[in-house]
Amino acid sequence: MIEVRDLKRSFGTHCVLDGVSFRIDAGESVVIMGRSGGGKSVLLKHLVGLLTPDAGEVLVDGRNIANLGERQMLEVRSKFGVLFQGAALFDSLTVAENVGFALDRSGRFTPMEIAHRVAEILEMVELPGIQDKKPSELSGGMRKRVGLARAIVHRPSIVLYDEPTTGLDPVVSDSIDQLILRVCEQMKVTSIVVTHDMRSARRVARRILYLRDRRIYLDAPTEEVFASTDSAVHRFVNGISVPKEITF
Amino acid sequence: MLDLGGFALLAGEVLRSLVSVRPSLRDLVYQLYFIGVKSQSVVLITGAFTGMVLCAQAFFQFQKIKMESGTLALVGVSMSSELGPVLTGLMVAGRVGAAMAAELGTMRVTEQVDALRTLATHPVDYLVIPRLLGTLIAMPLLTVEAVAVGIGSAYIVGVHFLGIDATYAWAHMLKYTGKIDIMMGIFKGICFGMIIALVGCYKGMNCREGAEGVGHATTEAVVTASIAILMSNFFLTMALRGLFKT
Repeated sequence: MIEVRDLKRSFGTHCVLDGVSFRIDAGESVVIMGRSGGGKSVLLKHLVGLLTPDAGEVLVDGRNIANLGERQMLEVRSKFGVLFQGAALFDSLTVAENVGFALDRSGRFTPMEIAHRVAEILEMVELPGIQDKKPSELSGGMRKRVGLARAIVHRPSIVLYDEPTTGLDPVVSDSIDQLILRVCEQMKVTSIVVTHDMRSARRVARRILYLRDRRIYLDAPTEEVFASTDSAVHRFVNGISVPKEITF
Repeated sequence: MLDLGGFALLAGEVLRSLVSVRPSLRDLVYQLYFIGVKSQSVVLITGAFTGMVLCAQAFFQFQKIKMESGTLALVGVSMSSELGPVLTGLMVAGRVGAAMAAELGTMRVTEQVDALRTLATHPVDYLVIPRLLGTLIAMPLLTVEAVAVGIGSAYIVGVHFLGIDATYAWAHMLKYTGKIDIMMGIFKGICFGMIIALVGCYKGMNCREGAEGVGHATTEAVVTASIAILMSNFFLTMALRGLFKT
């Protein structure tokens, strides 16, 4: 279970999050949507302790992680798996070394066990037999799949996805969405997906949090969001711009 | 001041990690290879030509007062305690310190450092410790190598090209180059290695976003480490000479 209470965060004089609050229960599949540069990724990084808030609380299974030190956070982070926007694979390591990284670092598995688990998880993300490839040899979609394999290999209870379909063609995007659903169902994990891809949000979310003007503007089931008559929500889900509001 | 505070925090985390975490042997061996073996050519060329030019200049000055046989003594003391460690430090700072800052900086801007943290791995344990230990082991060895090659090159130039009497030159060098000079060079090598690794890692792990940020971090790593080496060399010389009263 994750609960965020009145989270505030600024970078210099630029306020990104101003009183964000929500709760996500175990096993839920939730999408956080919002405009580019609206603070979605910043919010996601607070959930796993990569950023510390200026004010407010982030509770993971009832424990406030907002003020934990880096070494105390390592223990909390073993509950998480994170798929980064650009996959963030380690360039110097092979696919097998990337995927088996968490298992190897834990010191609890033999090389044979790690190899077996890596092969199993690569099979799950439909990329069997690429253990010896380097990240530079992979396409964008393959990198995302390997990133996902690395995120779930240690069987986390919460998986965070930062823009999982950004930069991918619609077919590959769909396959990533299917994978997110499969991981959620098979591994019974809590999924939190940050995206502004509405097709993807509709496919993977049971509930949507709409981040707007530095706060959670709407927290509702997926179908309710897509059927919303609120002008801001309607414009966002249908991709309708208002020229005078463009702030990029 | 912010930099100094961040640097002190990194140094504290490194100390904590050194006593509590066992570094990966594979990573350490790779760093030793990258820092020690791959720096050989740079260090050998620097040591050789510094020894040769120092010998030539010293010879031309000593010749004026008929003290040519003291040339190698001056080369021996200078190379062992000052030029060997300082020039090795500067060359390694340029090659290794820059590479560390660029590699860690790129990892930071591509979120690989964040990925490490989400995989329950402290970046200092995995990225800084192997690099620091590798530099601490490699630097004194590279310093000794540069000193030996410098003195050897000076001997060849002095004896075979400038006509210094080999017996006197060798005897004077052994007489005036003491164990303290050699130990001072090795100790300085270790200190400079620590400066290079900590500055390179700190600049890399705190670099700003984008290619420009990585470029800045790399430049700052080399400049900061070089200046720190030159400044600390003076204080180390004064402290060590004072300590051993030589």
